[in-house]
Amino acid sequence: METTEKLTSKDFASDQEVRWCPGCGDYSILKQVQTVLPDLGRPKEEFVFISGIGCSSRFPYYMDTFGMHSIHGRATAIATGLKATRPELSVWIITGDGDSMSIGGNHFIHMLRRNPDVNVLLFNNQIYGLTKGQYSPTSEQGKVTKSSPIGSVDYPFNPIALALGADATFVARTLDRDPKHQQAVIKRGYEHKGTSMVEIYQNCNVFNDGAFEVYTEKGSKKENILLMENGKPLIFGANDDKGIMLDGFKPIIVNLADVSANDLWIHDETDLVKATILSRFYDDPTHPDHKPRPFGVFYVNSNKNTFDELFNNQMDAAMAKGLGDLDKLIAGNETWVVN
Amino acid sequence: MSSSVDKELESVVIRFAGDSGDGMQLTGTQFTNAAALFGNDLATFPDFPAEIRAPIGTLAGVSGFQIHFGSTKINTPGDMSDVLVVMNVAALKANLKGLVKGGVIIANSDGFDSKNMRLANVPEDQNPLTDGSLAEYDLKVIDVTKITRAALADSGLGTKEIDRCKNMFVLGLIYWMYHRSMDSSIEFIKSKFKKNEAVMTANLKVLQAGWSYGETTEMFANRYTVAPAKMNAGVYRSIMGNQAAALGLVSASVKSGMPLFYGTYPITPASDILHELSRHKNFNIKTFQAEDEIAAICSSIGASFGGNLAITGSSGPGIALKGEAIGLATMLELPLVIVNVQRAGPSTGLPTKTEQADLMQAYFGRNGECPVVILAAQSPVDCFNMAYEACRIALEHMIPVFFLSDGYIANGSEPWLFPQTKDLQDIKVEFAPERGNNDDKFMPYLRDEKLSRPWALPGTKGLEHRIGGLEKQNVTGNISYDPNNHEQMVLLRQEKVDRVADYIPLQTMDNGPETGDLLILGWGGTYGALKTATAILRGEGLNVSHAHLRYINPFPKNLGEILKGFKTVVVPELNNGQLVKIIRDKYFIDAIPYNKIQGLPFMSTEVVNKIKEILA
Ligand SMILES: Cc1ncc(C[n+]2csc(CCOP(=O)(O)OP(=O)(O)O)c2C)c(N)n1
Ligand code: SF4
Ligand SMILES: [Mg+2]
Repeated sequence: METTEKLTSKDFASDQEVRWCPGCGDYSILKQVQTVLPDLGRPKEEFVFISGIGCSSRFPYYMDTFGMHSIHGRATAIATGLKATRPELSVWIITGDGDSMSIGGNHFIHMLRRNPDVNVLLFNNQIYGLTKGQYSPTSEQGKVTKSSPIGSVDYPFNPIALALGADATFVARTLDRDPKHQQAVIKRGYEHKGTSMVEIYQNCNVFNDGAFEVYTEKGSKKENILLMENGKPLIFGANDDKGIMLDGFKPIIVNLADVSANDLWIHDETDLVKATILSRFYDDPTHPDHKPRPFGVFYVNSNKNTFDELFNNQMDAAMAKGLGDLDKLIAGNETWVVN
Repeated sequence: MSSSVDKELESVVIRFAGDSGDGMQLTGTQFTNAAALFGNDLATFPDFPAEIRAPIGTLAGVSGFQIHFGSTKINTPGDMSDVLVVMNVAALKANLKGLVKGGVIIANSDGFDSKNMRLANVPEDQNPLTDGSLAEYDLKVIDVTKITRAALADSGLGTKEIDRCKNMFVLGLIYWMYHRSMDSSIEFIKSKFKKNEAVMTANLKVLQAGWSYGETTEMFANRYTVAPAKMNAGVYRSIMGNQAAALGLVSASVKSGMPLFYGTYPITPASDILHELSRHKNFNIKTFQAEDEIAAICSSIGASFGGNLAITGSSGPGIALKGEAIGLATMLELPLVIVNVQRAGPSTGLPTKTEQADLMQAYFGRNGECPVVILAAQSPVDCFNMAYEACRIALEHMIPVFFLSDGYIANGSEPWLFPQTKDLQDIKVEFAPERGNNDDKFMPYLRDEKLSRPWALPGTKGLEHRIGGLEKQNVTGNISYDPNNHEQMVLLRQEKVDRVADYIPLQTMDNGPETGDLLILGWGGTYGALKTATAILRGEGLNVSHAHLRYINPFPKNLGEILKGFKTVVVPELNNGQLVKIIRDKYFIDAIPYNKIQGLPFMSTEVVNKIKEILA
């Protein structure tokens, strides 16, 4: 980069007026991304934001980087083609719960299995925002919406478990109302080599207000949030008074008065089995015996080659001897002469 | 020693037919190579079942390969065959109606045993080899299986492997019949089985046995010579349409200096383009087998955004899935080539059969006003030219371009007087240059004289901009809901397609003058049949001309002028009338549709009869 001045978050704001509803959780995510990017030490022109369709997918218009607001559910596929051919770029995918889990579900899992080095920010508001409030594939069963007046009968997807099942190499969850946590997780996602899947709980205050209230309100949040930190015991509770232990494969909640912190489950981001167990802490928070919802990084696998690496290794090997001879190729192996 | 008499022929059509496991495609291709190397002009038509291994011995399992070769210009694989080689009774049953009366049948008698009769649903007492029903033909019955087994008795191979050599017997015999050198096939066998000496020796032995059989038996009264064709001087090779298309794409990539990205999902009959391209990574050709056709085109759009010659290829069902993304590419105004190797539809239709029924899909198959450029190849060789043209137009005009081929020309082959790459038209690509802090703001939708916008690659300093599927303000590219702007943008995108007419060749006549009684106006893969039909009609003194469209949207600028010169315009198509609707609408003439929708190409005799009927 030739500019010596460090970029600021303002440098990443485009001149377009931000048009989300006042109070929408999307604002916070925009702000955190604009805050994180200057710290990454890369010139602006190397960033590309690709989105699908949805309120969340308007995001690229507000970023003064390269961007594409594409079609519903397909940002993942577009990003794969871009990253395969331009691996030096920093490619980000902005998607919603409908965009990535519903119409784009197929591309989502296939991108994860291929593992291109891109960053996914999944804005999960458990609703279709842009189309004005129908239930989404992450809405809880029984949800009453415009399209489900007596409650939806669909079971929801659990995006974290889905991502792990698709062999994602970086899986994390954060939420709009915790800027610091969000920034830290987004940054870690960026640093990961491979696809980083960051689910962000995002409040849609118009069509699904308070969906994540228990995780954000002072009174309830400490009882309901489990903040995972690598190498640290899993502790939560109003007074940090509870912990998680493993009884075989079965997680149990224990009181720290009875158990020493050393005997608790120590979070290990590289352990897929344990990440899978944590991903299943997905019960209805209104039930009395539910487990706290984990936030932070569930799983990191740094040993899987990225798609763009493998793809370009083959290209480099083939191109090592220089560009082929086109005239030879066109002539093929067998020719004859007519005089 | 055979006492056969040599006869000279102008052209011959041979059809090899057998069970899909009988190796008829290989036999046909081998004979094709030999005929090409000898200097005949030729055209081929493989005709195989959709199932890879359909039930053995049944009609559904019959696989055919037809070759038409001659000492004159050959335009089609031939309406009817002169020689029919059948490995079993099902193959005879499926192909007899395509054999000329008096034609030669070479039948493998082992394939007419009771088991094969049952599988082909032929009653036991109606064995065509013995019941006299083939009296009108020149029937040669040979127990190919028995002879092959005898020849390989001490080869050490198992019966299954031995029987797999049967097709080489047939090939050797046909080589003998037509005085062809077996050298190219001997070379082929040696290289194909170089890791399995026993199988190599067996194939060579049976090939020779076929030749010797012709030489030693008294069965064949005649041998035939077909002199080399008088073709334009130069170096030739033989090529299939899909292969030619792939080479056209590679050539455009090399000539433009743009790395090629081909995003696709396998589908008959387009997959061979992927197979071919994936072997040429050393030409900076990147292929990506996506999870579906939507991802395929979207990955290509991503690659195009990043500065690649981006191509996506499929057949009708896959093109249907790509529709929304083609609309996106139209809005983004990025270069993109969409290859459609058409097959018979709708839905899954007849996957291995040909049709031209996706023209309207290419023209109109998207939401909103979404015009794209459309080109169509007319022959296997022309797939090279038009694939190249599609890339040239896409890159130079920043626009999505449809390249239409079809199953018939994609799998057909013909000799190709291939070009030198230095003679291919240049393709000029420019990227928007870097901008400094003091430069004006970059305008992503500022247009040049072609109405194309700058290609601004991510990674270029100062060009940060956003594009997308929402309507944009002209010049700035910002989202705009302004009613007048939308109308202006729709018209601009249309005008951008229309202006391509300034950069393509004028329409020429393939045969006949530019005015007259009747014009045969064709497009795409029907070229050979229409060309032959026109020659016949003109030979009979009829005032008929033929023009063949390869640029379909926009049309060449002089097309209207040409159409006005004829009392009658007939538009033959392998669909229910598609181009004819566009011609009628655009030029306001009473063009007559002539349609065939059987999954089969036109026969030139059909066309001749139809035109005579119209003229009568
Ligand atoms: C092909 C297609 N189908 C349907 C739509 C309509 N549509 C736009 S956004 C959307 C749902 C968006 O939900 P989500 O991804 O959760 O985004 P949010 O608006 O909640 O951020 C739908 C159904 C569309 N734009 N394109
Ligand atoms: S509808 Fe909901 S998600 Fe969309 S902008 Fe408004 S608050 Fe945000
Ligand atoms: Mg949503």
